[in-house]
Amino acid sequence: MIEVTGLSKRYGTYLAVENVSFSINKGEVVGFLGPNGAGKSTIMNILTGYLSLTQGKVTIDGFDIAENPEEAKRRIGYLPELPPLYTDMKVREYLNFVYDLKKVKFPKGPHIDEIMRLVRIDHVQNRLIKNLSKGYRQRVGFAQALIGNPDVLILDEPTVGLDPQQIIEIRNLITRLGKNHTIILSSHILSEIQAVCDRIIIINYGEIIADDLQDNLSEKLSTDHSLVARVICDERDMLAALKTVKGVKDVTLLGKKESGAYDFEIIPEEGVDVRAGVSGRIAERKKQLLSLTSNRLTLEQIFLKLTQAPNNDEARRMLGLDETDEIEAEDTTGIIIEMPEENVTEEGEQ
Amino acid sequence: MLAVFKREFKSYFANPLGFIILAVIFFFLGLGFYQIFSAGAPYTEYVVLFPAQIGLLYFVIPVITMRLFSDERRTKTDQVLFTAPVKLINIVLGKFLASFVLFAIGFVPTIIYQIIVSAFVSVNLFYYVYSLIGVLLFGAALIAVGMFISSLTESPIISIIFTLIINLFIMFAGSFAGMITVPSATTWYGTAWAWIVQQFVNFLNGMDFVSVLGSFGNQAFAVKDVIYFISITAAFIFLTERSLETRRWS
Repeated sequence: MIEVTGLSKRYGTYLAVENVSFSINKGEVVGFLGPNGAGKSTIMNILTGYLSLTQGKVTIDGFDIAENPEEAKRRIGYLPELPPLYTDMKVREYLNFVYDLKKVKFPKGPHIDEIMRLVRIDHVQNRLIKNLSKGYRQRVGFAQALIGNPDVLILDEPTVGLDPQQIIEIRNLITRLGKNHTIILSSHILSEIQAVCDRIIIINYGEIIADDLQDNLSEKLSTDHSLVARVICDERDMLAALKTVKGVKDVTLLGKKESGAYDFEIIPEEGVDVRAGVSGRIAERKKQLLSLTSNRLTLEQIFLKLTQAPNNDEARRMLGLDETDEIEAEDTTGIIIEMPEENVTEEGEQ
Repeated sequence: MLAVFKREFKSYFANPLGFIILAVIFFFLGLGFYQIFSAGAPYTEYVVLFPAQIGLLYFVIPVITMRLFSDERRTKTDQVLFTAPVKLINIVLGKFLASFVLFAIGFVPTIIYQIIVSAFVSVNLFYYVYSLIGVLLFGAALIAVGMFISSLTESPIISIIFTLIINLFIMFAGSFAGMITVPSATTWYGTAWAWIVQQFVNFLNGMDFVSVLGSFGNQAFAVKDVIYFISITAAFIFLTERSLETRRWS
């Protein structure tokens, strides 16, 4: 459906996007993930024909965006980062305008009604856009993209600046639309993309550094995990005791965290679950286990580390694309890492 | 094109701006009519072209055109226009027409004035029609220039200031040309200099919209004058389209 080959975009001397290639099949929901300024919006603006490309080729459903822009644009619905709304117009008036602008063939009234129902803005259709809240404006932007029922939807950070309730609503909407549209969605928040996309393309410094199905990425990126146990005990005895548990590779004392309680980081051998062994050993010694938490790096943390990399070679190395180097787990002592996905998001949104 | 035209035209009246523009044009046209008619002149030819009214247009038209593209760029609403399956030139034409129609509506009262005049004296209708055509063509050319300036900037204020500067230049181009004397030459470099000065004077005279406009009022209606304004209009519509296209590449 979307073919991008060797795409580059140069602003003066600054290379915003460098040699990006990917292809997206009909019906896929793909997430562009990258920190701010990574080039996500630039790529999207090029795909929709808003910006020109310096080098490369973009085709939408076989139509070249440079050579046959009208046919290509007809197949795309675009929701830019800032919804392009004329704030002095009423919602319905605006959608009528977009309908006329896009030269849509469907019957006008029913088509717009249907879209307004879908994004739940039918009750504000006679209000001025400037009087709408951010969440509603975003939805009007969505409605604008959906007019003409294009096959491809390109959504640039569709949930930015919305409250958690609205984020969930927009996500559900994207999931629903994903059933019969090809969707490209961008975000700098991983869980956002995890929630709705099948496939993730990670962009950093204008280049693609990873492009894979979500499951494969998780597998590739997740490293051996360690456990952190908090025990009320005498630290020396317990350290020795834990080291002898079957399957434990190494134990380090992390220090005293509560009165009388110590934290131990337990690194198991690859593929071994040592939780039962560890808690059993502590019970054997008649000590009290206060907590046992997993120290696994989530995709979120890996992504954060990744985007803090000074350059893309470093980032690729972190991703394990260069097999020689492994990702080291950060010391996340005392923090419960495996948060439910939703919690991670809300934190990330702020 | 029609969609853009309709939206743009409506947007003039979404805030007081459109009404203010019309009110100002109406006021000065009415004032001009009143002054001439009350002077009791044997008035057989009502023309739209008074110098005061033409001068007014230099100031009103930048207000009409200032927001055309600059505002869209500032608020990023141009994203909906430029990603729609529409040719760029159609968007430009739609905007141009919206401004032009607003401007033209400003001259509707002159029909009433013409009717009033013809109720008292027998008039030659051609004077009125020609001068009206002249003013509309003249306005179209200024609107195209203003629209082009508006496509260069993100700020309506910068747009209006630069359009005003250009309009003032156009306004005084004829007077400037009159002030310059082409030196008489004896040496070869003197001849060269004289030639350069002459070209400059020709250029200034060419910029003098008003003298061309005068030919409409004098009923010295010539095809070349129509072509003059139409070609300026077309050139700046084309330049606007190019400037928007260039922006995609920068």
